[in-house]
Amino acid sequence: MIDLGSQISAKKATTKARNGAPQGGPDLGAPVLLRASGITKTFRAEGVPVPAVRGVDLELQRGEFAAIMGPSGSGKSTLLHLLGGLERPTGGEIWLDGRRVDGLSQAKWAVLRRRQVGIVFQFFNLVSNMTVADNVELAALMGGATRRQARERRHELLSDLGLRAKADAAPALLSGGEQQRVALARAMANRPSLLLADEPTGNLDSSGSQAVLRVLTQAHADGQAILLVTHDARVACAAGRVISLFDGMVADDAAMRPSRPPAPGQPSRTLPGVLRLRG
Amino acid sequence: MPLLALLAKEPAHGYELKILLEQMFGDAYPSPNIGQIYVTLQRLERDGLVASQDVVQQTRPNKRVYELTDAGREALADWVDRPSDGPRVRDDFFMKLALSPLAGATDRLALINRQRRDYLNQMRGLSALASATEPGIARLLVEGAMLHLQADLDWLERCQEELV
Repeated sequence: MIDLGSQISAKKATTKARNGAPQGGPDLGAPVLLRASGITKTFRAEGVPVPAVRGVDLELQRGEFAAIMGPSGSGKSTLLHLLGGLERPTGGEIWLDGRRVDGLSQAKWAVLRRRQVGIVFQFFNLVSNMTVADNVELAALMGGATRRQARERRHELLSDLGLRAKADAAPALLSGGEQQRVALARAMANRPSLLLADEPTGNLDSSGSQAVLRVLTQAHADGQAILLVTHDARVACAAGRVISLFDGMVADDAAMRPSRPPAPGQPSRTLPGVLRLRG
Repeated sequence: MPLLALLAKEPAHGYELKILLEQMFGDAYPSPNIGQIYVTLQRLERDGLVASQDVVQQTRPNKRVYELTDAGREALADWVDRPSDGPRVRDDFFMKLALSPLAGATDRLALINRQRRDYLNQMRGLSALASATEPGIARLLVEGAMLHLQADLDWLERCQEELV
């Protein structure tokens, strides 16, 4: 009953939003790209309700880079799935680009993900009978790029992510870390205005992580909004904002101080107690 | 001990040792002040690990040059061979977290959040420092500090799970 009701009201709201913007195009002037209010998700395990997300309010500005941290089981991945339309919330609203999206059909979500929202998840879902290069190009083509643009974009992304030599390989022949980077390249192929990434450096060694961080930082500089889930504080603090999730709720939402390396010769005042040589 | 190691190569005076330390460990290492270095050298001399002599300079005041004694060389070799202490167990923040209710502060989540923000900002500073540091000893020091911070953050999460 509750589900039905929320779907109906979702449809009404969508209609209203459409009527409000008759051109149907995104409102590029509005600073808020993504807004979630009071979203919840309750799974059922053998009839017992298991709340995974328990009322999250979240706003992401256009071009903002934010990280979500929190212990396993705190609802990070579920939250990202909800925001990317892979799961439907039990309650609450999600607005993307001024349009209510939490009640959209899977087909409509698929269109959104082709054009506007890039997603990298912990499972990579690469197309196994296509080469690495074609996996990335296909995503760009589906996002509306010409063949030539798609090829150039693929070339650029695979180089940046250190995968140029693997362009013609089948995904199955790649290591986990390499597949993860291909999944990132694919998600970014059509320059989505919002990139959602779940542990994008989870399988990577330090140099792979650095490559991914450089690509994300560049995407952010180019104006893409990024929301990523990570355990790795080095990745999280590349973002300007860190949201801590705990028990399905936001425990903290902190803006980072602007970073600058200490001036040469100056003792770095940000680092007390971390480094202490004795003797 | 770092001073003994630096003196193992050749005799030096206090200011040279300060410069050598800075060159080797970079900006991440809290630059030792010259007073501390002289106090340490005097202690090492009292313990018989270094010996010093004044070198007369024409245009400037005399400088005192230190060199390693045999006992100093032995102590240094012993230090190099010995495994170092494991992880620190004394942690000021943990004491605060454990004892804050006694001090009348009951909101442990606020305490944890504040500390996490601080760690994350430190991590941001270290991250910037790492990318500004050439690969080598100084960079490894920064990377080590970043891994320690990551562990501190993981531990903070555990504290939050247990205590909040």
